[in-house]
Amino acid sequence: MSFTATKFPPSPLPLTSRSNDKPLSFSFHHSKPNHSSSFLGSTRRLTPLATPHARRTPSPSPPSAVLLQQASNLLVTKEEGLELYEDMILGRFFEDKCAEMYYRGKMFGFVHLYNGQEAVSTGFIRLLKKEDSVVSTYRDHVHALSKGVPAREVMSELFGKATGCCRGQGGSMHMFSKEHNLLGGFAFIGEGIPVATGAAFTSKYRREVLNESDCDHVTLAFFGDGTCNNGQFFECLNMAALWKLPIVFVVENNLWAIGMSHLRATSDPQIWKKGPAFGMPGVHVDGMDVLKVREVAKEAIQRARRGEGPTLVECETYRFRGHSLADPDELRDPVEKEHYSGRDPITALKKYLFENSLANEQELKSIEKKIDEILEDAVEFADKSPLPHRSQLLENVFADPKGFGIGPDGRYRCEDPKFTEGTAHV
Amino acid sequence: MATLCQGLGVVIPLSSSNSSNFRLPSRRSISAWKDGIFVVRSDARVSQVLKTGGPNHELLIPNAVATKGGSSVASTSKPGHELLLFEALREGLEEEMERDPCVCVMGEDVGHYGGSYKVTKGLATKFGDLRVLDTPIAENSFTGMGIGAAMTGLRPVVEGMNMGFLLLAFNQISNNCGMLHYTSGGQFKIPIVIRGPGGVGRQLGAEHSQRLESYFQSIPGIQMVACSTPYNAKGLMKAAIRSENPVILFEHVLLYNLKERIPDEEYVLSLEEAEMVRPGEHVTILTYSRMRYHVMQAAKTLVNKGYDPEVIDIRSLKPFDLYTIGNSVKKTHRVLIVEECMRTGGIGASLTAAITENFHDYLDAPIVCLSSQDVPTPYAGTLEEWTVVQPAQIVTAVEQLCQ
Repeated sequence: MSFTATKFPPSPLPLTSRSNDKPLSFSFHHSKPNHSSSFLGSTRRLTPLATPHARRTPSPSPPSAVLLQQASNLLVTKEEGLELYEDMILGRFFEDKCAEMYYRGKMFGFVHLYNGQEAVSTGFIRLLKKEDSVVSTYRDHVHALSKGVPAREVMSELFGKATGCCRGQGGSMHMFSKEHNLLGGFAFIGEGIPVATGAAFTSKYRREVLNESDCDHVTLAFFGDGTCNNGQFFECLNMAALWKLPIVFVVENNLWAIGMSHLRATSDPQIWKKGPAFGMPGVHVDGMDVLKVREVAKEAIQRARRGEGPTLVECETYRFRGHSLADPDELRDPVEKEHYSGRDPITALKKYLFENSLANEQELKSIEKKIDEILEDAVEFADKSPLPHRSQLLENVFADPKGFGIGPDGRYRCEDPKFTEGTAHV
Repeated sequence: MATLCQGLGVVIPLSSSNSSNFRLPSRRSISAWKDGIFVVRSDARVSQVLKTGGPNHELLIPNAVATKGGSSVASTSKPGHELLLFEALREGLEEEMERDPCVCVMGEDVGHYGGSYKVTKGLATKFGDLRVLDTPIAENSFTGMGIGAAMTGLRPVVEGMNMGFLLLAFNQISNNCGMLHYTSGGQFKIPIVIRGPGGVGRQLGAEHSQRLESYFQSIPGIQMVACSTPYNAKGLMKAAIRSENPVILFEHVLLYNLKERIPDEEYVLSLEEAEMVRPGEHVTILTYSRMRYHVMQAAKTLVNKGYDPEVIDIRSLKPFDLYTIGNSVKKTHRVLIVEECMRTGGIGASLTAAITENFHDYLDAPIVCLSSQDVPTPYAGTLEEWTVVQPAQIVTAVEQLCQ
């Protein structure tokens, strides 16, 4: 299937339904190596009345960030560019380190790596304030890192140590951080979307009922293409649009749900179209290009902050590794993989920074070195951290441990200091 | 005597102070009972309220007379005020919403409609549409939304229009409500209350007559309570809202119109304690929700036959109050569990296991557990009657147990 820009007429996004598109062809392999005409992202603004400006310029070389043709402003300043680069490198190196540790037997279970999708996480989350919330799926390591959870804590959580961000009780798929407002980490797909809707509801409630008029916290919900066929997705799109909740639904469409191609699972594969069906803008963006993602993210987040309601952003991206470290990844066509690895977001950003003289090789190398050190420290910290003690077993089952009830002796079970170790009688 | 009992309305010893003042009505008045439905006031006086036709069901019909306040009773001489169970729930909810602005309600038809059982009537006008939120019909998602709101600082009360609808929310209740405090390492608490009416009603059909307490009981991290009187309904509602844990409050469709006098002063009950309904010596009868009334009706028969049953309303379905239950077992040495759950894997099954584990030495006889039949509740009135435990069965069981 080819997502050519010709399918998206350059007009402001109407909130009403559109006439039928041409059915997309099912053969991915026909896409040509010249990608200047494809994946040019959204040519429409989020505010329907603004006129779109042409964003495309025929680029002579394979995909890279597109320069704006209007004012000579670049999309990012040097500091911002380096910050984005550092964040993406952190994500990429961390995930590679995870794979290394997994094969060394330091972590177990299901580990889902984010290689290739860093542009989405960095593009969106680096725009948030600390009070804004992020809800993710099982592919959440990099979302946690982008949101600000220290690499040490994430690594020790993966090792199952007591110093992990969830005390070792969550694991790879359940990263939480109250301090950084990372609301998880969910194993079942679609499960986090209602939670994100609830966090956005709290933000609106604070503003309107508790009269905290400066509360403009935004929630981002990340999920994949497979989730977009799930009932919770649609139910929450409805509720968020109905009550104009400050939430952005970010679809990381990496075209595959384990071994199920998006095209084989979805009647209308263009996910962004499902937004207008519920009364919110639906935007499609090239998720391999962090600057494009960032531009779209800025508008979507600002829209939510202003109280105008939710947005559905479909980021077309790709995961370079399998679904998880246990996935042999035999179904995906090597041609497809090669195509996308040629569009590595980190390479693309690097190219942009060089071409616009925002950074030189040395600065980027020093960033990479810094990240290497951070990760080494993280692994060492995780290695040295203690495993959880048995007394931790039942400690966090209840926020109020009176919930364990009254024992035969008349005292609350939690009054017994050893009860958290668990007994047969609990 | 048994035939007389069959035609009786519900008899409940209700007392606002949770004491055990159970007085049998005099013999003379029993004969008048054949015709009507009755309410026992908190001082254990019995009065006829409504004459009904129809099959001899033992409980109040949902549209019983709802006289609030002292219309027929001289209120100056008695403390407290009289109200129906759904009003008690509303009072508890309203008081908590006034006390804490973070308490909000979400559910289908809770706002403008006032709740399908009128528990939230008038609250939307008072507190606004955002605090009493009418949701679309998406149980899984709005329960999840309530969980997300709870994680970020609110204290939502999620209403399932019928408990059975919460089956659709099982994903969120099991995975998120119960687990997130744990998987986040204690970082996020989820002070949510999930409530709704369940149980076998009056010919409501199989899907509207479900008892979900058995399905939810294994979920770690949640507490479950069942209310049975206006007094404990209000107290448990308030306790559940104030609790930092996620609590599922089970109400019963047929109990919403029970009338009782409750205190004017504020009171909050304990979520983990059971209620001693009637102290006794011969046998411990453990029950909850609607079956409490069947048990009390059977208790009258039993007393007339010379037995002295001790009746405990366990109230807390998870965790069990093993102290109250244990003390009772140690006294009577015989246990009968009467519940409305299905036989297989119900609350009674868990309770039997818990008692056997903890108090085996004190038992003189095997624990008898009377539960509903393992059958989807049929529509036909007669069949429906036979799925649920009836007072006559309770009487027989006690007689057999005490041999």
